[in-house]
Amino acid sequence: MSLFRTELRRLSKRRFTRYMTLLGLLVLAAVVVGVFFTNQKIDAGQLAQAERQADQQYQEQVRWSEQERAACEQAKTAGTATDGRYPDDCSMITAPSRDQIEASWFLPSTFDFKETFAETLIPFAAILALVGFVIGASFVGAEWSTGGMMNLLLWRPKRLTVLLTKLAALLTGILAVTLPAAVLWFAGFWAVANFRGSTEKMTSGVWQSFLLTGVRGVVLVLVLTTIGFALASLGRHTAMALGGVVAVMVVGQFGLGILLSMASVRFAEAWLLPTYALAWMTKTVTLQDWNSCNATYYGECKPATMDITWQQSSILLSVGVVVVLGAALWAMRRRDIS
Amino acid sequence: MPAVLEIEGLRKTYKSRRRGTRNALDGFDMRVDAGQVHGFLGPNGSGKTTTLRTLLGLIRPDGGRMALLGHEVPDALPTVAGQVGAIVESPQFFPHFTARDTLSLLAGAGEVPAVRVDEVLELVGLRDRSGERVKTYSLGMKQRLAVASALLKNPKLLILDEPANGLDPGGIREMRTLMRTLAESGMTVVLSSHILGEIQLICDSVTIISLGRRVAFGPVDEVLAQHSSGAVRIRLEAVSDLPLATETLTQAGIRVTGHPDHLMLAGVDKPASVTRLLAEKNLYVSELAPIAVDLESVFLELTATAPVPGQHRQVDESMKVGGTGQPGPAGGGWGA
Ligand SMILES: Nc1ncnc2c1ncn2[C@@H]1O[C@H](COP(=O)(O)OP(=O)(O)O)[C@@H](O)[C@H]1O
Ligand SMILES: [Mg+2]
Repeated sequence: MSLFRTELRRLSKRRFTRYMTLLGLLVLAAVVVGVFFTNQKIDAGQLAQAERQADQQYQEQVRWSEQERAACEQAKTAGTATDGRYPDDCSMITAPSRDQIEASWFLPSTFDFKETFAETLIPFAAILALVGFVIGASFVGAEWSTGGMMNLLLWRPKRLTVLLTKLAALLTGILAVTLPAAVLWFAGFWAVANFRGSTEKMTSGVWQSFLLTGVRGVVLVLVLTTIGFALASLGRHTAMALGGVVAVMVVGQFGLGILLSMASVRFAEAWLLPTYALAWMTKTVTLQDWNSCNATYYGECKPATMDITWQQSSILLSVGVVVVLGAALWAMRRRDIS
Repeated sequence: MPAVLEIEGLRKTYKSRRRGTRNALDGFDMRVDAGQVHGFLGPNGSGKTTTLRTLLGLIRPDGGRMALLGHEVPDALPTVAGQVGAIVESPQFFPHFTARDTLSLLAGAGEVPAVRVDEVLELVGLRDRSGERVKTYSLGMKQRLAVASALLKNPKLLILDEPANGLDPGGIREMRTLMRTLAESGMTVVLSSHILGEIQLICDSVTIISLGRRVAFGPVDEVLAQHSSGAVRIRLEAVSDLPLATETLTQAGIRVTGHPDHLMLAGVDKPASVTRLLAEKNLYVSELAPIAVDLESVFLELTATAPVPGQHRQVDESMKVGGTGQPGPAGGGWGA
């Protein structure tokens, strides 16, 4: 317990921890403020105006398609070459129906809490996960590279206990930032919705779903923090963990993405890690294969799809944590410390 | 006296894919009794730091047994760690924390009361600078901080790896006084060093290591006596008698080095026998002086690391006990 408290103290004393946390929170605040200023409340007048604009657009479409059809038929009867400008059957040129033109297209952007809040939890989790990763890596990496770890082991020779206690202190610290930040995030966007949008139709079911998404976001933050910590402990250096992840992200993911698309592999995104992080947050990500065609009864062509679910993501995250943390613990037990 | 530190047959091999294997410790033995200041001597790369790291559980030995304060280590390390204060090699600390923070975090991890931090800062002379970041410290100040961190536990056994590194003359002297005071208060101190004058001044006993093996050990005066190798200087009343004396003594199996006005003898058990031998030939001795050796010469002789003019000695070219080829007499020494 004394070790845990000491490590917590060490974590909060570090300037890197403080600056990174501050930076992360500032970015989050900037997102809330940005959303606040780019959205506005819609009143009845604006709504009526938008309906009128949609009507107008519809009328224009109808006029235009009639003109085109007339031109098409004229060209047909005259027998002039149209070089593919018109279809064979001029009756195919029709205007869209009225309900295909939505009034919302003509409205300024507005923040509907029920519709939009869940999406905002994705950048929330992403930013804090990045902060957690970097802090986690630097926390243990700097200890290794400055000899602090060796000093500590002279006091507490149980190596696994030391490493796991450090991790526990780190996760506690990250959680202590993430949870209040999440509450503020909810409150912030509730306020944005109140002043620059609407908070209507919020049922308890919707709240529950938001809450669960929030919890998944927090879990993602903790997982990435753990992975950053474990990688840095394995490499005994902060730079190694960061370099490693940059290498994986950039070379691995970009390169892999390019390679897969060149080989026209179906559902190439299924091989990319961010897809799984996204699926973890949104519960499912549906990938589409535009090269395939599944004919529907209506003669339309639907691309083949593949769902990536949060359950699959959870398996990937668990395996990732177990492998990386397991390796770090194993190395901690085995290696010579000099 | 109970042994505070015992090592028997310790072996450690470093394996590297490119450079093959290196036996840093090759059956090393050591024993330190309670209440002593014990010097641990050896040339660079002889295995001092490796020994201390192994003892403290930082590296894994390949063989042998070790005990600290009567407990077998590394198994019992969690039990004894609180009673063993140590610094290993050059002191390393997180550079952005102050000395006080560094010590207070260690005290927290080791459940040492916070007042102890101020006590040790006072002891090592860092009281007024304790609020500054370690990054801004000089090597000597870092060394003092390291000693402070080792003293923080108020240990029964204090292990210091080259503590005089980077200290100014005043600092070395203070360190010496501190060691003595600590030893008098009942603490056992193990001090690795290659500054021999220092060791001779403050140590009760020594262990000398060369290429991973013990080459000498025991109380300082015993080690000196064992290795004074019976060196004797004699002068005769008449300088012209020196050649005859050389012949006589050589016949008696004593090694003699001639000098213009005196002879140096080696391997003399009893100086009286020299007088008798010469008196039988009517040669009269005007001066017969056993030569006192210092630890440095013994060290150079035992580890065969005395400088030889015109040669650049490489770090691993030192004495190997039980190895092939005894080294020749150390330059300027008294022959083995
Ligand atoms: N981590 C290591 N890997 C390989 N060889 C090492 C390592 N640490 C020490 N050695 C070698 O072991 C020998 C003993 O080193 P050390 O114990 O540090 O000597 P010293 O007596 O100067 O403290 C040296 O030859 C050194 O090169
Ligand atoms: Mg050393």
